[in-house]
Amino acid sequence: MATPKKQDYAFVRKEDAPLLPPPPSQAGITGWLWQNIFASMADYSSISASIRSGLVAFLSVCILYFGGMQIYGLLDFAIFSAVWSDPDGIKREACWTVDQGGALPSGWHGACWPFVMAKHKFIMYGPYPSEELWRVNLIGLIGLVGLGWVLVERLPYRKQAGAALLTLYPLLAFILLTGGNSEASFGNVSLWLIIGLGIISVGRMGKRGFLGTTFAEFSGLIGFTGWVFVIFNAVRGMAAVDFGLEPIDTRDWGGLLITLVVAITGIVASLPLGIILALGRRSEMPVARLLSTIFIEFWRGIPLITVLFMASVMLPLFMPEGVNFDNLLRALIGVMLFSAAYMAEVIRGGLQAIDKGQYEGAQAMGLSYWQTMRLVILPQALTHVIPGIVNTFIGLFKDTTLVSIVGIFDLLGAGQSAISDAAWSTPVQALTMYIYIALLFFVFCFGMSRYSIYMENKLSKSRSH
Amino acid sequence: MASKAKTKSIISDEVMISMDNVNKWYGSFHVLRDINLTVNKGERIVICGPSGSGKSTLIRCLNRLEEHQAGTINVQGIEINNDLKNIDEIRRDVGMVFQHFNLFPHLTILENCTLAPIWVRKMPKADAEEIAMKYLTRVKIPEQAHKYPGQLSGGQQQRVAIARSLCMEPKLMLFDEPTSALDPEMIKEVLDTMVQLAEDGMSMICVTHEMGFARKVANRVIFMDEGQIVEQNEPEAFFNNPQSDRTKLFLSQILDH
Repeated sequence: MATPKKQDYAFVRKEDAPLLPPPPSQAGITGWLWQNIFASMADYSSISASIRSGLVAFLSVCILYFGGMQIYGLLDFAIFSAVWSDPDGIKREACWTVDQGGALPSGWHGACWPFVMAKHKFIMYGPYPSEELWRVNLIGLIGLVGLGWVLVERLPYRKQAGAALLTLYPLLAFILLTGGNSEASFGNVSLWLIIGLGIISVGRMGKRGFLGTTFAEFSGLIGFTGWVFVIFNAVRGMAAVDFGLEPIDTRDWGGLLITLVVAITGIVASLPLGIILALGRRSEMPVARLLSTIFIEFWRGIPLITVLFMASVMLPLFMPEGVNFDNLLRALIGVMLFSAAYMAEVIRGGLQAIDKGQYEGAQAMGLSYWQTMRLVILPQALTHVIPGIVNTFIGLFKDTTLVSIVGIFDLLGAGQSAISDAAWSTPVQALTMYIYIALLFFVFCFGMSRYSIYMENKLSKSRSH
Repeated sequence: MASKAKTKSIISDEVMISMDNVNKWYGSFHVLRDINLTVNKGERIVICGPSGSGKSTLIRCLNRLEEHQAGTINVQGIEINNDLKNIDEIRRDVGMVFQHFNLFPHLTILENCTLAPIWVRKMPKADAEEIAMKYLTRVKIPEQAHKYPGQLSGGQQQRVAIARSLCMEPKLMLFDEPTSALDPEMIKEVLDTMVQLAEDGMSMICVTHEMGFARKVANRVIFMDEGQIVEQNEPEAFFNNPQSDRTKLFLSQILDH
């Protein structure tokens, strides 16, 4: 090849090339359709390209057809062909075809919504006494308002609302839902309260250095333990107070109420527990690291169903006579610890993504370990793993259905129990109920998913590079 | 850095840092060997040397980002040992600027600057913001206060990092290769900020390869190699008349190109 001569490439632009509108394949609806759909089936320039384009076109039509069929089938069953009301109060006969003795045409196939409406209270609350339902509704309403307050960003006092939602609200929910009046003697509760306060003051003394330097390092942990004692027994004490509410055993709870109680407790508890475990596993203190690792690996190594079985069947056998934890409480603690282990690993992933320089920058300015974590490391680490965290939340929400295995009537359990009602026995009874329950689960899980995407976008926008 | 105009010398007799027979190992690798160094208040010291010579490790020992295993280090009369209280106290008075800025990307520039004053110095937020704006003005980027670090150029980020350290009103500033990660056209703005800081009488220890800066600002240049202090002298003498062969070799490598 000859080297190009200068007169061949020397060039000075005299006027700008014109700015032209894009060709139709690049813009607008036609452009979108072209790029996303038709471009892959429009190449007939050679035999192989023609075969490929034809195949893509054929498969596209097939997928469109079968997908459409599925969606139409579902819509037809759930909406177009469905029975919506039972004005005569004839229950199952409202959804019977002529062959079965009803009025609907032979071969009819559709949802029997009057059945779901009739069972609606049971699906929402289980066997919770009807005259006390206002308590559940009230706590649900307060929860919704509180959650809305915290999630909508324009409202004032969001931090305070969040703090109340995390501290006062569980207490209120506990008292309203159970009705208080639990059996706890005044002497017993106050004894434990005093022990808790004692532990806190030991922690304080340790922190001030009265008890030696090695002790000072654990003062935080000791103080924390003390606070756990105090809070737990304060709640026990509160629960024992007679508020004039009728006590309702958790055996009478059910349906969506149980699902939400288990899921929300699990979600709210697993995040802080997971953070502590994740920090523990990355700690430089061998004891903390070992304990966290053992805890995480233990809970991750066994299936949730085993945990629930252990909690409800085996645990009472090991308990001394007379000590009896509530069945729901045991399941709750099981779910909580189980999800905390998963959460810890998600958060650890986020912590590992943080550059060492961030720690050094914070330390060099004199921030303490906890300040560094709280102000610098965790806000970044948690933002990185929002998808993983919400993934765990959604998984946890759906895993709550497993509690029905130990005789707790969650949403799915309540639905299944409703299906066995002979008064509504029709061929479409089960299908209708499952569609409804699936819809309820979808609403909650999809809601969480959308909110997480919204948060991701918001955070990435404000820190854009 | 053509100007040879020396910043006025205001070095006092007060000893700020003393390192006595400091030794440090990474595993079996002896990274700091028998370091003896005394720095007085108001001194501006530049540490240079080939990579891996222990320069960064040395200054990182001064605020306990690295732990030394033998010898004693005193900063402002406080010994650096395992006592967390001492370390907290020292870190409050010693600012540090890093090669990679280490700004907090989830906080605005202003929040980056007020974080430590609020949480470490327990300063009211309004006061902390006032101080932050003062130093941001001094590094000439007050208008960026409400942006996030990711929206700034490298040079601007490093100036923010300097302002962030200054907000703690430190008595000593450590610079760990502050210009090494910057594009060439941004080095000057950071060096200018550092020169101004030196002119205001700040005690500084800089690990840097900017020899122009060393000539202009430093009152002492230290050359390190293989974990030891090989040569230290006034900049004029250091650059014009190096004594050690290793220093001569190093200077020929970084100056002749």
